[in-house]
Amino acid sequence: MTAIFPSSPAHGGRLFRWPASAKMAVALALIFGTALVPAGWTAWFEVVALLLVAVMVLGKIPPGPVLRRLLALSPFVAGVALAAAWHPGGTLGWKITALRSGLCLATVILLAQTTPFGEMLAVLRRARVPALLVTTIALMQRYLFVLADETERMGRARASRTFTRSRWFAWRTAATVVGQLFVRASERAEHVYDAMCARGWR
Amino acid sequence: MHIPDGFLDAKTALATGALSAAGLGFALREVRRELPPRRVPLLGLAAAFLFAAQMVNFPVAGGTSGHLVGGALVAALLGPAAAVVVVATVLIVQCFLFADGGVTALGANIFNMGLVATLSGYVVYSLATRLLPGLRGRVAALAFAGWCSTVLASIVCAGQLAWSGTVAWSVGFPAMAGVHALIGLGEGIVSALVYLAIARTRPDLLPEHDAPAARPGRIREFVVLGLLATLGLALFVAPFACPWPDGLDSVAARLGFEHKAMGALLPAPVADYQMPGLASAGVATAAAGVVGALVVFGLAVGFSRLVVQKPPSGAADHA
Repeated sequence: MTAIFPSSPAHGGRLFRWPASAKMAVALALIFGTALVPAGWTAWFEVVALLLVAVMVLGKIPPGPVLRRLLALSPFVAGVALAAAWHPGGTLGWKITALRSGLCLATVILLAQTTPFGEMLAVLRRARVPALLVTTIALMQRYLFVLADETERMGRARASRTFTRSRWFAWRTAATVVGQLFVRASERAEHVYDAMCARGWR
Repeated sequence: MHIPDGFLDAKTALATGALSAAGLGFALREVRRELPPRRVPLLGLAAAFLFAAQMVNFPVAGGTSGHLVGGALVAALLGPAAAVVVVATVLIVQCFLFADGGVTALGANIFNMGLVATLSGYVVYSLATRLLPGLRGRVAALAFAGWCSTVLASIVCAGQLAWSGTVAWSVGFPAMAGVHALIGLGEGIVSALVYLAIARTRPDLLPEHDAPAARPGRIREFVVLGLLATLGLALFVAPFACPWPDGLDSVAARLGFEHKAMGALLPAPVADYQMPGLASAGVATAAAGVVGALVVFGLAVGFSRLVVQKPPSGAADHA
């Protein structure tokens, strides 16, 4: 799974032990600033870029995965940036937009790399985010790797038993895998509820 | 359709953030009131399911493949309020854990995929099931709902990008709506196939199994969430659908983009840059949308006949 999800935090770094609330506040300020600052403020972008590099050095974060993720900007960025090139703003607007989303993306990646998810959830809880939402986020984070592994296993099992005769057949079997995944998730939810009750959840 | 950071300006980020926060807050309240405690973990598991389901590839052509988005499917499986919470959770985790979708655009993404897609999917689904009974009808309804929700969400997304001044409406709308009219076909087919697979293995998990009649709370969910979604539509799409939008588009039109962009989609592109021409283009767009929706509805019905072989005779209503 780590091949698909390279965002497991770098446990060794010094930044890892800093309070999560401070890191989240700084990251949010950087992201909102970078996304919303006027295009003319080139100094802001330079400062943010330097800061991010400093964080990477200080946190001993391997640059490889971060750069790879940055280069694989979502197809949305490429598509919209292309469309934006048609925009009256011209190529300058295109570059600024790509720069903004790249810097924000790097900030989020570095935050995820240096902050344990549980601590982020604790910050959310303290910030009065509704408990039901925090519980749902926590459960999703706990089980998404489990279900992702299960999906992989089911896909492998299917691939070893059925040959994809046609695209239509492939779609039907893939849909069956997804349907089965929902069935398993529902069953697991029942077990989780029992386990939560056994540990005093109300 | 995840909008990254840097594509929305302050007013759009603020407006979408406020709308999504209101919608999500209301959905959470409804879920807390209506959902039995036993089903609370299902929200988290359903979110994890949706995330994992999006990893399953559906081969399209030439080595490319698509995947499920799932707003309409989750709405049909869990109801509108729970679906809003589930999809919003997926988007929040994708944003902060996997850097998929921007932080400043989180409000817009939750609005488009969490509110508009799930809600429109649910409305279309429940209206169409009233028209088409039985399992076959539900499969057709979900296929159609999947298409509608995808297209509608993409149109709202184009509206937000235009409102921010990132991509002009005349470029963004045909591009987004055109691409997603195709993607939506896949989404509809996959949603319907997944629903069918669940109906065949564990029909007791479907909401139709134990609650055939609409719950009283559903009406309120409908009205409040529907109002929020409509408000967003009015805010992001209406200014551009109206005869003559803002300065951005007039610049784009003067540069000749109007022709290039609209020509592919519409039978009658704008003749000149005057008011009458544009008004007729707006009418033509609406007409094209209606015709397209009718064609897809017909396709969905035909598709359901293809997949659900045996005509359901009474007993299948409970399946």
